[in-house]
Amino acid sequence: MSENTINITLRVWRQPNGHTPGKLVSYPVKDVSTDMSFLEMLDLLNEELTVKGEEPVAFDHDCREGICGMCGVVINGTPHGRGSSPVPTTTCQLHMRMFHDGDVITVEPWRARPFPVIKDLVVNRSAFDKIIQAGGFISVNTGAAPEAHAAPVPKLKADRAFDAATCIGCGACVAACPNHSGMLFTAAKITHLAMLPQGQPERHLRIKKMIGVHDALDFGGCTNIGECAAVCPKAIPLDVISQLNRDLISSLFTRDGK
Amino acid sequence: MDWVIDMAKPEDFFTVGADIADTKANTELPIEQVWADRQFHAALVNPSNRRKLTVIIVGTGLAGGAAAASLGEAGYNVLNFCYQDSPRRAHSIAAQGGINAAKNYRNDNDSVHRLFYDTVKGGDYRARETNVHRLAEVSANIIDQCVAQGVPFAREYGGLLDNRSFGGVQVQRTFYARGQTGQQLLIGAYQALERQVDAGTVQMFTRHEMLELIVVDGKARGIVTRDMVTGEIEAFTGDAVVLATGGYGNVFFLSTNAMGCNNTAAWRAHRKGAYFGNPCYTQIHPTCIPVHGETQSKLTLMSESLRNDGRIWVPKNPEDATKDPRDIPEEDRDYYLERIYPAFGNLVPRDIASRQAKYRCDEGLGVGPAVTEIDLDGNEKQVRRGVYLDFAEAISRLGKDGVAARYGNLFDMYAQITGEDPYETPMRIYPAVHYTMGGLWVDYDLSSNIPGLYVTGEANFSDHGANRLGASALMQGLADGYFVLPNTINDYLSKGPYPALTPESPEVKEAVDSVKARIEQLLAIDGERTVDSIHKELGTIMWEYCGMERTEAGLITAIGKIRELREEFYKNVKVTGENEDFNQTLERAGRLADFLELGELMCIDALHRRESCGGHFRAESQTEDGEALRDDEHFLYVGAWEYHEGKPILHKEPLIYKAIELKQRSYK
Repeated sequence: MSENTINITLRVWRQPNGHTPGKLVSYPVKDVSTDMSFLEMLDLLNEELTVKGEEPVAFDHDCREGICGMCGVVINGTPHGRGSSPVPTTTCQLHMRMFHDGDVITVEPWRARPFPVIKDLVVNRSAFDKIIQAGGFISVNTGAAPEAHAAPVPKLKADRAFDAATCIGCGACVAACPNHSGMLFTAAKITHLAMLPQGQPERHLRIKKMIGVHDALDFGGCTNIGECAAVCPKAIPLDVISQLNRDLISSLFTRDGK
Repeated sequence: MDWVIDMAKPEDFFTVGADIADTKANTELPIEQVWADRQFHAALVNPSNRRKLTVIIVGTGLAGGAAAASLGEAGYNVLNFCYQDSPRRAHSIAAQGGINAAKNYRNDNDSVHRLFYDTVKGGDYRARETNVHRLAEVSANIIDQCVAQGVPFAREYGGLLDNRSFGGVQVQRTFYARGQTGQQLLIGAYQALERQVDAGTVQMFTRHEMLELIVVDGKARGIVTRDMVTGEIEAFTGDAVVLATGGYGNVFFLSTNAMGCNNTAAWRAHRKGAYFGNPCYTQIHPTCIPVHGETQSKLTLMSESLRNDGRIWVPKNPEDATKDPRDIPEEDRDYYLERIYPAFGNLVPRDIASRQAKYRCDEGLGVGPAVTEIDLDGNEKQVRRGVYLDFAEAISRLGKDGVAARYGNLFDMYAQITGEDPYETPMRIYPAVHYTMGGLWVDYDLSSNIPGLYVTGEANFSDHGANRLGASALMQGLADGYFVLPNTINDYLSKGPYPALTPESPEVKEAVDSVKARIEQLLAIDGERTVDSIHKELGTIMWEYCGMERTEAGLITAIGKIRELREEFYKNVKVTGENEDFNQTLERAGRLADFLELGELMCIDALHRRESCGGHFRAESQTEDGEALRDDEHFLYVGAWEYHEGKPILHKEPLIYKAIELKQRSYK
């Protein structure tokens, strides 16, 4: 770990609530250790604002180890500051060593129709929960499971299911998409469950229901731009959307009882 | 205070009440029959009556989410609350390494009895036998359930599930999903939960924080919450309340817990009469990334699974501390865990690995940047707080790709946080607060001493004794949520529905008004200090005096300091903004107010327990070679504390050991 400090200027989106317009406000932040995470730098700003009696900047965060999916802001135009990081990252795992003394850094909330702003950098992502409610599960009640080894899963399929299942539901894919599409999120769940034998009975019904809710919630359609996969902190590959498209077509020719 | 804290004795801080006991498990039976017997004797609720019964569940982690899904499937009317914006974000998600289950897929002599035995021994004989045996019994069902949900556990080329080892055991019984096991298990529970939301059996309330428990006629009947977006204070009532609100590690400010993890729900229940069990039992995890500086907001765990292949060492000579570790020859390295504990080596239980790392650094053999510390006598000294976790040998044995396949995401995380490449140079690690074995006291049914209040997962005290073994937290959370609570809470609900309550019911109104008054009090202080600055000070006190090593003098000092800090908080904290808004400062202030009370109780519990056991290490009670020395004659009990302002009341639950013989723990 290096022990450097830098001085930066933040331009932060301040918006009191969902029905009041917001604006960018500049704050100098001095003596930022380059070992700090981006959110620790925001903590530093908030401590200074609080001492001065000003409202601290509201931002969502929780685990601060890149797994809960709660944090997420647009940094210099890219979700999670992907443009400043050599590797896929969440905002909490972006560190200040990626920035330089004198940098001006713009910080904004996710900007997407299905994710309305609550305050400052905080948005409402409950639309994602609704997509999962529509069918992002395997219907098995507690206690109804067969022995775990009853259905072996070929390793390559298990690995592919895992890769898709690493989605943390942060919403960066939607924030990056010019169409505000939630297709990478939806396709990751479709692919995860489609790879597994347990996921087969509901495979076709699941995709129709999830896509139906996705479209009804004001998410846009996918036009294969690929911005979503470029910013995904878990590097969910774009080909999960191909999987979704293939499954969607075959589901249209499959009777599923509903 | 009418006496001087420096001259105080442990007995000045508490009084002793009547002994208590679990009355739900029939300990006359052989231990293998106890759970089946309880399931048979617990009263049932007819499926058609279940929808008339409302269960309030606070928390959506493994214990809460699994319980909400399972009770919803059973047909109860469930109200489920979480402070995050989605139930999928509960901190169970951050568990990395794995989940234990007695499947014996490795044909290495594993069994329900061995998992039971290992867990009791790992907990240093301070857990309740009947609860732990049940945990081991249902462990295999958990794996079946999760696989059926589509949890993508690691598999071998034959398509079957893979296993690995964890600390404190000599079998391979840990199931895992790369380094993201908690995430995958939680997403499984979350999906089951969302399925019930869609089915209409569960109503989900996100961004809602529980701030009070409603008790009517001695029974838990509801909660008061604050809507974290609008500030609305609202009461929700039902027939039973389940707290699945996690642990209280954030009392230390720096821990591996998520920033929002807090103890307010449990503490509010405690103040309303629920006993708090063994609050001083805290787990300090040996392998975390060291602190980088004053602005550190949380600590990041490096999974215990790394100790399968990583070797822990420090230089033998203090002058090598600043040398490139790769240039230190083998003969100048001390692989101290392998040296002291040849049988278990780097896989000794967490409490032991942590304490040994602390000793090496105290001896001046630590590595990494030197930080200034002030000892108990007020002297300043420079200490390096770090030891090496070295993969060079594993990389030469398995190749870089082999190591990456096992631990890739952990190595990436380390590189991202520290800016160093662990494939090239050894990781630097140091212990950090990770888990709290203590929690609200529950009986075999997971019911607290308040009828109708159930407590599951890390929030209860029950299964891990004085030290939790790796990969057992996920097991306990899911055991409680999927298989235990749904088969015990019916015994209480069968006597319902209980009389309906309205916002005008006196107990409901009193609870709502008390929450509003507390919030107004916090907003009115308008002092000079930020919430975090006071929280950090509390954390320093707790870490110094109630951390890896505790002494009578230190704990008494800590209690005095915490009381002073609590006064400072109520005089001088600054909470900006107002209640009727999204106000994160107010949220943190309320949580800190409760931590400032809990911290004192933890110190009192640690002070009264004049023995060492597991994670609770009293310097006055150690063996000749420095291991924790229990005192079974005087302390073979659960310390269950009743709230009493200024002087809590200790109730002892004597622990009954019938299936396992009490022994001095040895991993040598």
